[in-house]
Amino acid sequence: MVERTPFLNFFTHLILFAGFVFCIAPFVIVTIAASHNLKDVNDVPMSLLPGSDFWINIKTAWVTADLGPKLLNSFIVAGGTAIGKVIVSALTAFSIVYFRFPGRMLMFWLIFITLMLPLEVRIVPTYAVVANVLEPYQAIMDVTGLSWLIEKISGVQVSLSLGLLNSYSGLILPLVATATGTFLYRQFFLTVPDELTEAARMDGAGPLRFFIDILLPLSRNNMAALGTIMFLWAWNQYLWPLLITTDQSHAMAVTELKQLIPNVGGSPEWHIAMAGTLIVMLPPMILVVLMQRWFVRGLIATEK
Amino acid sequence: MASITIRGVRKNYGKTQVVHGVDLDFASGEFVVILGPSGCGKSTLLRMIAGLEEISDGTIAIDGTVVNQLEPRERGCAMVFQNYALYPHMSVAQNIGYSLKVAGVPAAERTQRIQAVARTLELEHLLDRKPMALSGGQRQRVAMGRAMIREPKVFLFDEPLSNLDAKLRVQMRSEIRKLHRRLNATSVFVTHDQVEAMTLADRLVVMNGGRVEQVGTPGEIYTRPASRFVATFVGAPAMNMLEGTVELDGLSLLGGSRRLAVPRAGLPVGTKVAMGVRPEAVRLVAPGTSGALDATVDLVEELGAGRVIYVDLDGSPFSVMTSEAIHPEPGSTVWLKFSADDMHFYASETGGRLDVFKASVPEPA
Repeated sequence: MVERTPFLNFFTHLILFAGFVFCIAPFVIVTIAASHNLKDVNDVPMSLLPGSDFWINIKTAWVTADLGPKLLNSFIVAGGTAIGKVIVSALTAFSIVYFRFPGRMLMFWLIFITLMLPLEVRIVPTYAVVANVLEPYQAIMDVTGLSWLIEKISGVQVSLSLGLLNSYSGLILPLVATATGTFLYRQFFLTVPDELTEAARMDGAGPLRFFIDILLPLSRNNMAALGTIMFLWAWNQYLWPLLITTDQSHAMAVTELKQLIPNVGGSPEWHIAMAGTLIVMLPPMILVVLMQRWFVRGLIATEK
Repeated sequence: MASITIRGVRKNYGKTQVVHGVDLDFASGEFVVILGPSGCGKSTLLRMIAGLEEISDGTIAIDGTVVNQLEPRERGCAMVFQNYALYPHMSVAQNIGYSLKVAGVPAAERTQRIQAVARTLELEHLLDRKPMALSGGQRQRVAMGRAMIREPKVFLFDEPLSNLDAKLRVQMRSEIRKLHRRLNATSVFVTHDQVEAMTLADRLVVMNGGRVEQVGTPGEIYTRPASRFVATFVGAPAMNMLEGTVELDGLSLLGGSRRLAVPRAGLPVGTKVAMGVRPEAVRLVAPGTSGALDATVDLVEELGAGRVIYVDLDGSPFSVMTSEAIHPEPGSTVWLKFSADDMHFYASETGGRLDVFKASVPEPA
């Protein structure tokens, strides 16, 4: 639609600009605060002119919170979640859209229902499962009397145990097990013309071949979009990592920021906290900037 | 090269039956066109041959082997789809060669065969392009190339020309025909376009409502339509149909307002029939000619080489096609005449062809 409405154009740009300022302001304030020294950052009101201690603060924050290994942990967990999520979502959506098996709709609705149960809601049972992944199986065996039977016959008492606390798998797997990606993929697969599926069948491609050769390349944009969202989401997780990592070696960057926040009665080193925030914010920001084009395309456009 | 034998094939979707028991035989190397209006089951039948639809009942055999339970890839069929169904992320060469890649043909042989197919279809300069960057006709050719490269026993075409513009359609039609002459593979072509059907077919299968109405050469189907449906469906403009009743000395038409002197032959007096005559068999004659019918002109459609005159015959629409330079004004009266040989008769109730009137006319070969 082409319209010549100078006044309206000006007005829309004004609104856009206001939104932009609104979004960027906290970020600017954080950056300025990170460049002050201890005295300036605690002035009321804080000076909005940048100070000169930016790099010193960054370094202090990096060393104090030991951010190097923590960032690496965050990368592993966020990356693992993103990749795992893309693979699981694509596969589940593939089976739901392309196969007619008994209980298909039941499966679909079961997955759908998990949308209403985010991690925070089921955090206690999830913690129990991660603490011992085999716990549910143990419970089933106990209830059905199977463990009793085995104990009677072999004399061995069955006690299954596989703990994932303080491990990357423990951090990643519960984050992977959500339904959002499955839906994104399902919607995409539904837009893929049936004739393409049929052409692949006529060309002799089996289901897996079709999935790898045709569907996956076609869903590149979706992969990028979903991967980006999941990376950001996992990167910003707080409650879950805090809960299951008691060991510092598996702590994530976002949770470790707490180390930098001044304690009651401690010296108010907000400039260090702000510098640490900047560091932790940077990787997702870079990712969004890099993936922005793919990301938008994957969410809105259906390529013809 | 393969023959196809279809025996008692039915297709049900849930409780609805869309194909009601079809028996057909396609000879090896034959070009068969299945013609019918949308929803007549022609595409379903084709897809059952291809293996994309399950066969609810009956058998389909290719070269004597019943293929009901075989996967599409095991049937030796290749298919050209209406929307081409090219893989959008692959280049033309990859699209054409995909079936070979799946079959594990070595890369060198693959390239060679892709080249050969591309040469036949004049696609050589486009091999690196993506389907998005091709015109409709080029996409169509890529889709054909994809089917050709497998050297299939049977070619299946599912309305492949309906997305092309009129000029390209005519061109692709003759290319398909030429291709068939060279490859000589059994081809089944589904269309709702009768010109396409007439020009391409060795043999034509006319379907309606999930049943086969008539099988024959295009000529047979045009000159001796086996049912009222075929008579009105094949030919453009459509055959004129007038309801009438058999009388002692001929036929009373349009509730008795018109009479035609035709031999009654074996039909009992009072039988309700529909009399059909093709617009191109009707002549315009001088006013008052004996045996001519007078009618009021409604509309004249100019076709360049000829014209179609739509007239009103006591309230019934009737059309005349003429190549003479006659341009009657709407509202004027014209006189129409046609010979008994050009009349087709169908039973009013069943729509079946009645040949009793034409006992004297020799059977067409």
